[in-house]
Amino acid sequence: MATASASLPGAGPVSGSRSFLSRLRDGDEIARLITFVFAATVVLISVLLVLELWRDSAMPRHKFGFAFFRTTTWDPVDGDFGALPFIYGTLVTAAVALVIAVPLGIGAAIFLAELAPPRVSDTLEFFIDLLAAVPSVIYGVLGIFIVVPLMRQFIAPSLKSILGFLPLFKGPAYGVGFLTAGIVLAIMIIPYIISVSREVLLSVPRDQREAALAVGSTRWESTWKVVVPFARSGIMGSIFLALARSLGETMAVAMVIGNDPKISMSLFAPGYSIAAVIANELAEATSELHTQSLIELGLVLFLLTFVLNGLARILIVVTSQRGAGRARA
Amino acid sequence: MKRIAGILLVVLGAAAGVLWADALSINGAGATFPNPIYTKWFDEYHKKNPNIQINYQSIGSGGGIKQVTEGTVDFGASDGPMNDEQLKAYQDKHGSPILHFPTVLGAVVPTYNIPGVNATLNFSGEALAGIYLGKVTKWNDPLIADANKGVKLPSEDIVVVHRADGSGTSYCFTDYLSKVSEEWKTKVGKGTSPNWPVGLGGKGNEGVTGTVKNTPNSIGYVELIYAEANKIPYGNVKNADGVFMKASLASVTAAASGAAKDMPDDFRVSITNAKGKEAYPISTFTWLLIPEKFTDTAKRDAIKGFVTWMLGDGQNYTEALSYARLPKEVVAKEKKALAEIQ
Repeated sequence: MATASASLPGAGPVSGSRSFLSRLRDGDEIARLITFVFAATVVLISVLLVLELWRDSAMPRHKFGFAFFRTTTWDPVDGDFGALPFIYGTLVTAAVALVIAVPLGIGAAIFLAELAPPRVSDTLEFFIDLLAAVPSVIYGVLGIFIVVPLMRQFIAPSLKSILGFLPLFKGPAYGVGFLTAGIVLAIMIIPYIISVSREVLLSVPRDQREAALAVGSTRWESTWKVVVPFARSGIMGSIFLALARSLGETMAVAMVIGNDPKISMSLFAPGYSIAAVIANELAEATSELHTQSLIELGLVLFLLTFVLNGLARILIVVTSQRGAGRARA
Repeated sequence: MKRIAGILLVVLGAAAGVLWADALSINGAGATFPNPIYTKWFDEYHKKNPNIQINYQSIGSGGGIKQVTEGTVDFGASDGPMNDEQLKAYQDKHGSPILHFPTVLGAVVPTYNIPGVNATLNFSGEALAGIYLGKVTKWNDPLIADANKGVKLPSEDIVVVHRADGSGTSYCFTDYLSKVSEEWKTKVGKGTSPNWPVGLGGKGNEGVTGTVKNTPNSIGYVELIYAEANKIPYGNVKNADGVFMKASLASVTAAASGAAKDMPDDFRVSITNAKGKEAYPISTFTWLLIPEKFTDTAKRDAIKGFVTWMLGDGQNYTEALSYARLPKEVVAKEKKALAEIQ
């Protein structure tokens, strides 16, 4: 990149000499090569990461095989390891986070992009970017001192009195648990959804809005029926970015999930997530099997993220095709 | 101008080279619990011996054992003694054994939050094991109430809190429970991160304390130095002689002297539930792990010098940092063992 732009100013007068052109071409080639290497590094790092995780988890892979994914015991003293409670906890907390964050995030993005005066929108955007940059341990502290007591004293009792017949909201509420972790995650990912969705909505061409208004639709109709569908794949992208973030979030989750490897229907119950158990136990894992099982959990998390991202891609392709089809019809 | 800069560079380089060659750098890694006292010791020792610089990374006991076995550090440190399997792994790799040297003592105390109860509670080993097994579920259970006559305990469910991160604190606590309860020993056992039958996991001493403070009718356990530093109230625990003991520097050292009589030669000893009327039962040594054979004699002499100083003058720094000092018997035995390092 740098090489290419550095050689450009010299190109000012059209001298047309062959050697100059070829030099320029050479510069392009160099730039292409350098940037290609940079791009290839990304792939290389991912491949090395998987190789390393694979290599260093040989012991539990041979000992437990696929049972690792099915069993629920995690006993470092006896050397018996199963990943299911952690996979469950990771998925449940991420799902709770998305259920809360998606409507709020997209709603806020629509307001900021379409309805708010530009000055308000830009000011708020500044604060949202600030929120996205807050370290996760701060959100964890917020969780422990604000969300956990609120959960125990207000949120859990009121959910129980209204929706207590559902198995999701049964059992004692300690304050920490799946729901608390999901709420803290939601707070963390909302800025991502707002920030990316707002950019996408703002980039929808003016013609689209004007055309909708010209055929007599109200402002809200033009926003909801034209602008939002146009930006759909970008908004989806923001949601999947948020999903990836919540699957891998470590510190804040470890502080509020309760750290108990159990599978429970109730969202009030304590649980455990993959990232949290790795952070908690790796430093003091005394047996080789324990360390390697934690590394295999890392591999599982990588696979989980990979599969969910793949599904997300497919979903985006499918919905954008359907969108295009409807636009043509 | 350029020439002057060049000369300066050469002089600086030479000076750095001289300094570099002079200061002997020794690296260690391991336990986090003794990190404050180790940092203080290595700093003081460097002041007295400016040519020796000991660097310590508190990466956790497990990491310390692993790194010293790999040979990436000169010595390790651990809150729990290495087991036979780990000792064998070291012996196989290096052809010579590794030695344990106790440095200071720590203790683990039960802390609780029961609305309306301000008294210092007494806990027997059976009560603590029952609570952490999930069998004693109410605060007014006879196992707790009988040891606390005169305290009105509520008929509320006990919320159990334990460490979520692997830690020497959990090792010490579960080691104690394994000694006082046969059921705990067979069902759960001792370890840095055991499979807890019940309870919420808090990250670190601060995580456990935070959860206990925030949760009515809860119980947790933390390191004595952490409880002291943060003025957290804690309960008494019944020792092997049947006395409910409050954890203090004196009662922890007493537990170590009680165990010193039948101290094995390799110092790998658990002093939980130690004999003696004055002994606090959930106490533990923390160890330096030092190879028996050094190829680098300068490093060997420096480490031996440090351990000798640590066993003497070094022990005077312990109490200011809330660590219990080693009993005399143990110091004498360690000085003898130090001669084995070659």
